[in-house]
Amino acid sequence: MKRLLYLLPLLLFMVLAGYFVISLRPNHDIHELPSAMIEKPAPAFDLAGLGDSKPLDLDALKGHPFIINFFASWCVPCRVEHPLLMRLAGQNHLPLYGIAYKDKPADSTRLLATFGDPYRSVGIDQDGRVGLNFGVYGVPETYVIDSTGVIRRRFVGPLTAETVEKDLLPLLKQLGQS
Amino acid sequence: MITELGHFALILALFVAIIQSTIPLIGASRRHVGWMAVGRSCALTGFALTALAMLSLMHAYVVSDFSVINVVQNSHTDKPLLYKITGVWGNHEGSMLLWVFMLSLCAAAVALFSDNLPPALRARVLAVQGMIGVGFLLFILLTSNPFLRTFPPPANGNGLNPVLQDPGLAFHPPFLYLGYVGFSVAFAFAVAALIEGRVDAAWARWVRPWTLASWCALTIGIAMGSWWAYYTLGWGGWWFWDPVENASFMPWLVGTALIHSSIVVEKRDTLKSWTILLAIITFSLSLVGTFLVRSGVLTSVHAFATDPERGTFILLLLIAAIGGSLALYAIRAPALKGGGLFAPISREGSLVLNNVLLSCGCATVFLGTLYPLFLDAVGGPKLSVGFPFFNRTFAPMMVPMVIAVGIGPMLAWKRGDILGAMQRLWVAYIVTGLVLLGAFYVTYGGPVLATLGLGLAAWLTAAVATEFAERIRLFRVPAGESIRRAIHLPRSAYGMTLAHFGLAVSVAGFAASAYDKEAIEVLKPGGTIAIAGYELTLESVSRIPGPNYVADDAAIRVASGGQLIKVMHPERRFFPLQQQTTSETSIRTNFLTDLYVALGESDTAGNWTVRVYWKPLVPWIWIGCVIMAFGGAVSLSDRRWRVGAAARSVRRPIAEPVPAAGE
Repeated sequence: MKRLLYLLPLLLFMVLAGYFVISLRPNHDIHELPSAMIEKPAPAFDLAGLGDSKPLDLDALKGHPFIINFFASWCVPCRVEHPLLMRLAGQNHLPLYGIAYKDKPADSTRLLATFGDPYRSVGIDQDGRVGLNFGVYGVPETYVIDSTGVIRRRFVGPLTAETVEKDLLPLLKQLGQS
Repeated sequence: MITELGHFALILALFVAIIQSTIPLIGASRRHVGWMAVGRSCALTGFALTALAMLSLMHAYVVSDFSVINVVQNSHTDKPLLYKITGVWGNHEGSMLLWVFMLSLCAAAVALFSDNLPPALRARVLAVQGMIGVGFLLFILLTSNPFLRTFPPPANGNGLNPVLQDPGLAFHPPFLYLGYVGFSVAFAFAVAALIEGRVDAAWARWVRPWTLASWCALTIGIAMGSWWAYYTLGWGGWWFWDPVENASFMPWLVGTALIHSSIVVEKRDTLKSWTILLAIITFSLSLVGTFLVRSGVLTSVHAFATDPERGTFILLLLIAAIGGSLALYAIRAPALKGGGLFAPISREGSLVLNNVLLSCGCATVFLGTLYPLFLDAVGGPKLSVGFPFFNRTFAPMMVPMVIAVGIGPMLAWKRGDILGAMQRLWVAYIVTGLVLLGAFYVTYGGPVLATLGLGLAAWLTAAVATEFAERIRLFRVPAGESIRRAIHLPRSAYGMTLAHFGLAVSVAGFAASAYDKEAIEVLKPGGTIAIAGYELTLESVSRIPGPNYVADDAAIRVASGGQLIKVMHPERRFFPLQQQTTSETSIRTNFLTDLYVALGESDTAGNWTVRVYWKPLVPWIWIGCVIMAFGGAVSLSDRRWRVGAAARSVRRPIAEPVPAAGE
């Protein structure tokens, strides 16, 4: 019995190692998440605009492909992603719209005032209702929506320069042409 | 050429480590003196070789040799020299090389300062360190080689992430790694003791200085990281419960428990198998931390290099090192004989309580950090556990701990008198009450929990002072006698007093962060912000060229009641190479409060966003950490650990019970 007690640390570690093995399994990309929303029409939203922004209305955005980025001032990965968004907005003139997810408008304003505002306009989703409809797990999340309002791609976590170059920009280009 | 020399030295170091991990082990079991002695020369050679590798990589950085991929990816000719050097460990490959360098440094230190160890124990300790070295050298050479060349060499490099170009961060990794890797010595001692099947007071006395030294380095390393986050990220935060921060905090918690439990082994010859387990776990958590950061199984702001192949390799290493040592523990530990008995209320009992609370605290942080991983493995949603979880679970566990830190040292060994101890702490009750009342009065209507936190800090300070006064019998004997006693107190007693006092100082800093005030305004030059009795006026913003950036430098005049105090200069630096902007905050501190100013974006009309924080007691967080680490260093200088003193105790293998300090 006493011996079992001494075996306990090893057993616990083996369980832990098992979890580590699972999370390293091949073809398991932690950034890729299945979503029931892919290839489905984006849930409708009509959000109040942040500060001077116009209201963010899904119907008004249709007609061209666009990108929705869920962010929040309390989110550290968003800050990691931010310089990239600034560059995309500045250099590539992407149709990037922001939704401030579960964030006080004053805090969102402060974030954008400090680090720059990459968005064409920003909608306030303070109670997280729109995020819930989209199935947002956590911020930042980025959705590519085509001109008919159908969600084509979802990026969970901060965008990286690599995913933008290899994935997001080609997709947008393709959507813009068709 | 020099790069190849470094590469070659590293390969050679691998072979030396293979010898170091086998020959002395065989020698120890066969009692072959010559074979056992191999460990020492291997450790010293291994250190020379890894140092050579480290220096040659540093050379490639300093001369900007862009035929080396690692230099291309992380350096640039325009980078200031300091960051060329520190950029060596500002990336995955280089930081792993630093890891191995620190490991060989520790092994060499054990080899040099262990003349008083029984040769078999020394041989086994060095062999275990050799095994760890083999694992990590293989890892570097097979998956993360910093010496690889590229052809044709590009004209210039990609530069170092601007956020990392900072003096605070330059020395944060070496200290952190010294702490992490230093615990490998305690680990090696634990495994060697399990192989020998013998743990005694002398063993504890050999392990303790190594543990203390690593603990000090880790404390400084963590504090530096937190300080860096505070002044660089520009949000005034100093701890984010990020997986990587937690990865450094967990070994610190268990390492703190280890320091305390090894006191019990040394003084009372009991809690042996528990202490061995703690030594194994402390280093295991350092390894798990490395795995989490390097494999990318958890997303983090720090995860600068993630690669599944590397993850698999580290996981194998992890399973071999931790699984192997825990298996050995399961086989050998039941045979370790416990020594003296003690009542629950006693010095030993209070140290056990300390261990229980620290371990539970560590388990909480561990669960919070790995929760997303567990959930993901069973197909649950992806999420991460943030501030609220840690604040609600970890903080309440630390409150009884801080209270107990005040009482524990007042209890006697074997059987303590808790009522007597509580009575002798009457001064502490008065001080705590006064501080609580004062804080409630000053911050009326403010956060109550923060005020209670201040009371906690006051309690600990007063209790530490009472304990010290008792030791020197202040006011009970003539002052001269008290001074004589103070002079003759062992350094370890001073170390404990200082470290516990440092904890109190930090606790005050943590608690007072709830009183922060902040103001954000968009200002034109000439505009003013008022905060906590200060008026800040934006005078002008001018563009200043830096070595590899351009800065917008604001001059902000700080006045209080019309009286000019200081002109502060927060900056925004733009690094054209990386197309990245960093914020250089300006902080005015009087060691009681910080006035923290960050410059934000400007618009075309010449308006600037200015963020100002008023942060009471925030410098105490880091001052407290420095005092804690200093306490550890003072304790380390205690004559008991000195080579001669320890050697004397070797000649008498069954060490006489050392009289409890202060008696």
